[in-house]
Amino acid sequence: MRINKRSIGLAIYLGLLMLPIYWMLNMSLRTNADILGVFSLYPKDPTFANYVKIFKDSAWYSGYINSIIYVSMNTVISLLAALPAAYAFSRYRFMGDTHMFFWLLTNRMAPAAVFLLPFFQLYSTFGLIDTHIAVALAHCLFNVPLAVWILEGFMSGVSREIDETAYIDGYSLPRFFLTVFVPLIRTGIGVTAFFCFMFSWVELLLARTLTVTNAKPIAATMTRTVSATGLDWGLLAAAGVLTIVPGALVIWFVRDYIAKGFALGRV
Amino acid sequence: MNKPWNNKAWFLVLPVVIVVSFSAIIPLMTVVNYSVQDIFGPGQRVFVGTEWFKDVLSDSRLRDALWRQFTFSGLVLLIEIPLGVLIALAMPKRGIGVPVTLVLLALPLLIPWNVIGTIWIIFTRPDIGLFGVIVNGLGVAFDHTAAPLDAWITVMLMEVWHWTSLVTLLAYAGLQAIPEAYFQAARIDGASTWATFWYIQLPKMRGVLTIAILLRFMDSFLIYAEPFVLTGGGPGNSTTFLSIYLVKVAVGQFDLGPAAAFSLIYFMIVLLFSYLFYQALMRVGTRDG
Repeated sequence: MRINKRSIGLAIYLGLLMLPIYWMLNMSLRTNADILGVFSLYPKDPTFANYVKIFKDSAWYSGYINSIIYVSMNTVISLLAALPAAYAFSRYRFMGDTHMFFWLLTNRMAPAAVFLLPFFQLYSTFGLIDTHIAVALAHCLFNVPLAVWILEGFMSGVSREIDETAYIDGYSLPRFFLTVFVPLIRTGIGVTAFFCFMFSWVELLLARTLTVTNAKPIAATMTRTVSATGLDWGLLAAAGVLTIVPGALVIWFVRDYIAKGFALGRV
Repeated sequence: MNKPWNNKAWFLVLPVVIVVSFSAIIPLMTVVNYSVQDIFGPGQRVFVGTEWFKDVLSDSRLRDALWRQFTFSGLVLLIEIPLGVLIALAMPKRGIGVPVTLVLLALPLLIPWNVIGTIWIIFTRPDIGLFGVIVNGLGVAFDHTAAPLDAWITVMLMEVWHWTSLVTLLAYAGLQAIPEAYFQAARIDGASTWATFWYIQLPKMRGVLTIAILLRFMDSFLIYAEPFVLTGGGPGNSTTFLSIYLVKVAVGQFDLGPAAAFSLIYFMIVLLFSYLFYQALMRVGTRDG
């Protein structure tokens, strides 16, 4: 690789980008007394006590499990609902299609704060409060439209001749869709799953409102613990570091498709 | 694009309509319902017409929050879009550097929003934060919990740190889609770097930049968790953005009527601006090619 001004600039930017995360990592490996006592650029006396505490206390680690459960549910629901719809948008014209498409996008623009109270009432009526499915459904509000949007882009990148050939060969729509089309756009499905995962994983306001204890997300556990025990910076930092791990793993799996993915898009 | 006309396609869209209706239309109608009634308790409600809307529109704190929000979103777009494009241009096109850069860039996007706030508290506090200690060490008094300007700078830095990567990833995807032949042709013609950017790369990025601008506008306009955790809307009301103010009214004071009216106005503003952006950018695209 050629070293030039651009690469150096990029390296500096990436360094700055990592700095706050490094700082949290640094904090997570120190005790609270150490953090407040001395200012240090690196943990002189690294300890995993904060992490051990999180993994031993079910009030902490259940938060991670809850988050992963509702995020996975949301990703599956969003994909299953969005796949046929995206196919319809990419292949056919029908009554009200453009309006429908913009309407879907408007849901991505609705302030989550607006929906707090109605959501709470709605899910109470159905007895869904404090369940994983409640959060998964609520997150569909912004993830389904996004999934339709991304998938539609990928599908429009596949030539329609493939569909027509398959129909002439006697494939039915469901059979064609599952055996021919889905494998063709698997990259798009991966990218979509990644975005659904991402937006569901990072959302907190709705997730916190709709849960009490059984399905409480990790991020909410963090805010609660802060107010309950005063501020244990080390513990808070360790919990924060652990919330980055699932995201980092997922992004590593889709790294090759992230950039390529968008490029195929219609837009 | 001559897609066949087929209304049976509605059956394929049906699952999405059902799922999104459950999470969008029913709650939205509830909000509309609240916005025109005064609710005293179960079964006790009075129709008040547009009273809440008048109340909310004459609320000076709301207007302050609104201007603050526009300033914030404007700054976000002005900083993040050019910066994101610049970084995308600097990225390597192939080799081991690509996945490493992509993963590092995407990392801030995958951190829960309130944890972003937590990271920046830890990073900027004048007593334990690297940034806070360094800036204060340079002789500049910096404390985001006390000075409104410092709070703004911190929130902006956090926002740029958090979201510029999204613009970069989208812009990079757009750049990757340009065939190598275009660049060869430009080189043969002796085009400058600037000319290559202006006549080849920028037009080709139009689509992805449309998405980037739309997403960044919407999300920055709806920002809640990060500044709430970092500054709590303070000092004073200096970083009380629209969502923070809305939650204060709805949950803090439990004024359902005004909160609902406020919500609808909020929603309409976002809708209007996104529509205008969408239309404007689409038009630019058709003219340039």
